[in-house]
Amino acid sequence: MGFALRSVNLASQKLRSFAPLGRWDTCPYVVRGAIDFNFAFSYLPVLDSSPIIAVTALVKQFGRFAALRGVSAEFNAGRLYTILGDNGAGKTTLLRALAGLAEPTRGRIQILGTTNLRAVCRQLGYMAHPSLLYDEMSGMENLRYFARLYGITDDDTCGATMAAVDLDPGLPRPVSQYSQGMRQRLSLARALLNDPTILLLDEPFSNVDVRSAGAMVSLLAQMRTADKTIFVVTHQASLLEDVADEFIWMEAGQIVRRTPELRPLETK
Amino acid sequence: MKRAFPIFAVLTAVLLSYALYEALVAAPTEQTMGNVQRIFYYHVPSAWTAFLLFFINFVCSVQYLVCRDKVADTIATWVVVVLGIATCVAAFVIRPLPAGIEPSSVATTGLAIIGLYFLIKKYFSGGSTDALAVVTAEVGVVFCTVVLVTGPLWARPVWGIWWTWDVRLTSTLVLWLIYVSYLMLRRFSTSGQTPVLAAALAIFGALDVPLVYFSIWIFRTQHPQPVIGGGGSIDPRMLHVLLINWLAFLCFAVLICRSRYRLEILQREVEEVQALEALHEPRSTR
Amino acid sequence: MNKEATSDVTSGLTSQRMSQSSRAIAGVSRATLAKDLRLEWRSKDAINSMLFFALLVVVVFSFSFDPNAEQSRQIAGGLVWVAFLFAAVVALNQTWARELRNQVLDAYRVSPAPANSLFLAKALGNFIFVAVLEMLMTPLFIMFYKLRPLGPAWQLVPIAALGTWAIVVNGTFFAAMSLRTRSREIMLPLLLFPVSIPALLAMVNATTVILTGELSAKFWIVLLSTYDVVFTIACLLLFGLVLHAE
Repeated sequence: MGFALRSVNLASQKLRSFAPLGRWDTCPYVVRGAIDFNFAFSYLPVLDSSPIIAVTALVKQFGRFAALRGVSAEFNAGRLYTILGDNGAGKTTLLRALAGLAEPTRGRIQILGTTNLRAVCRQLGYMAHPSLLYDEMSGMENLRYFARLYGITDDDTCGATMAAVDLDPGLPRPVSQYSQGMRQRLSLARALLNDPTILLLDEPFSNVDVRSAGAMVSLLAQMRTADKTIFVVTHQASLLEDVADEFIWMEAGQIVRRTPELRPLETK
Repeated sequence: MKRAFPIFAVLTAVLLSYALYEALVAAPTEQTMGNVQRIFYYHVPSAWTAFLLFFINFVCSVQYLVCRDKVADTIATWVVVVLGIATCVAAFVIRPLPAGIEPSSVATTGLAIIGLYFLIKKYFSGGSTDALAVVTAEVGVVFCTVVLVTGPLWARPVWGIWWTWDVRLTSTLVLWLIYVSYLMLRRFSTSGQTPVLAAALAIFGALDVPLVYFSIWIFRTQHPQPVIGGGGSIDPRMLHVLLINWLAFLCFAVLICRSRYRLEILQREVEEVQALEALHEPRSTR
Repeated sequence: MNKEATSDVTSGLTSQRMSQSSRAIAGVSRATLAKDLRLEWRSKDAINSMLFFALLVVVVFSFSFDPNAEQSRQIAGGLVWVAFLFAAVVALNQTWARELRNQVLDAYRVSPAPANSLFLAKALGNFIFVAVLEMLMTPLFIMFYKLRPLGPAWQLVPIAALGTWAIVVNGTFFAAMSLRTRSREIMLPLLLFPVSIPALLAMVNATTVILTGELSAKFWIVLLSTYDVVFTIACLLLFGLVLHAE
């Protein structure tokens, strides 16, 4: 079976070189699908069972401190994964490694079929502990600037993203005067600007009031339905109990358990 | 290899003593400067050794930066080959050369650049290239300090001044400053990728030194200053003593670099082992 | 397998990609520069403190070196540029202050925006900032030292521009490098001064030569331009490494 697949791949690659004028990306999807079976398959999410993210024996050490000690896992597309664990378990480090911010000491990360994480950074959205926002600018100005980094020049996308997280796009207040809930929501909006396929969220609900948290959870549920892969690191697992597809437990730099449900006994 | 080191050390000691004897006793006394001139046999070889070590550091830095990326690696190799050949050709084509420089020495330098690059590429890779860079920077700074101390010591009795902003002294001072800042960056850096930052700084330094040399050269043509050391021809017997001293200094530098390199590699191995241990031992819950 | 595929695509799209990427660099640089200038204009705290600092530097120097008009022409070149250098260092230390506050650099690293565009924007912003400082300090120096250039005074403008760019381009690069070190504020001058020596020499000599009217400043301007070109290219090539170093 493997041999058959490999020969099919090889044949499709040879055929790609015949693409008109060498401009593969401008070929209509139908033509591309006919020539490149991989391409065709990637457009059939039902048939595509290859993991969207594959982590192999990932080790991250800071001097003598090992934040990640050999994490191996596969994650499929269109799911919402919740990562739980004590402080210092390596959750943030894992997320940063997936985002391409922390170079692995050993091991391999494959996202969307490539180990070159810079190549797929357009498909990633990252939200961290610090807000990653400019305190002196208003919410809309922040989003406008970060959208520009992704090549998005229209204001409508920024306005729509702000509205999606339940913030007023016309609010002139600088971010330093936002409440914590508003700041977290704006940070999430920044991560959503480029409409990423994969979302990496590090403690999005920390210090956030119940209403804002609820709004964010429903937004995440919507995104998951829209076939996005979402990773949430959180201490408030109960918020995602009904929404998450899988709960991943980390301890001392390793994944110790993966469960489809959050058992009441294990809630921290 | 283990046994070669003590033998080499003994040989170096013998060579150094012989060189010292030659410099202090056997070499002919200079006409105008007298016995003070003998510091020349200490000053000049230190300078050449320091420049060689800094050049090795530069080559290591470049290799460390390009080794990850195949394309950059190929480009760098081609640039080195072209530069080396161009230097050889230029040595015989460009006339007249600046005072005191022989075409053969320029050509040898060109070939040495190519040879050194490929030697280092063959025998060192990745982490060991970086270790070599640290070692050569440290030992180079030591030799450069010797140059900067012996220079004024020589200048004061002979020319009556401690310091002058001539081409060679100023370039050496700038080189020393750049590499001291290099060592400070290495020491103060908290990044996990200190070698990359340090390599970038070494490249900046290497770009800077020719500019310094050139700028002081222009400055001197506009404001003639006293020249320490002077150019021009040298008595063959003095040249002979000078070369013996240089050989002795080179052997000494190789000796020290070898010890320091082994120390550096061992330190890194210990750190790796400790890191691996920390990886596998069960972590205490806080 | 993937490398083959991507090379097929890139070979077909190289020209399109290059023009797109240069547009991307220009667009992001422009946006970043506009943002920095807007924020600076709003808060004005850095510019106010820097302007006052510049004034203090001029006054202190004038107290310390008080020559008569003839001598002042000889040394004013050096004095002025040393004063500019120290003011520039204080300004350069603030380059990344806003980005550090909420770790905004992580957002930049995660985005596809090229590192060069961030560098260009920051360098241009610093250039404008230091140029403003110099424009304040120059009339004060002229006043305190009773300077009157005997050579072609118009040449001072390109010298000032090239010299300021020389300090600023390396300063922005080393400011980013010193983000990853302890004692951040002292590492910047430690790294910057040795590398800037040829530029400093060129600036000082060019200014002195124009003030005293003795010789031509042409060589120094050529040297400064060479320095600027060499180090701008080096900074643009190496900045990506520095930005992505953890």
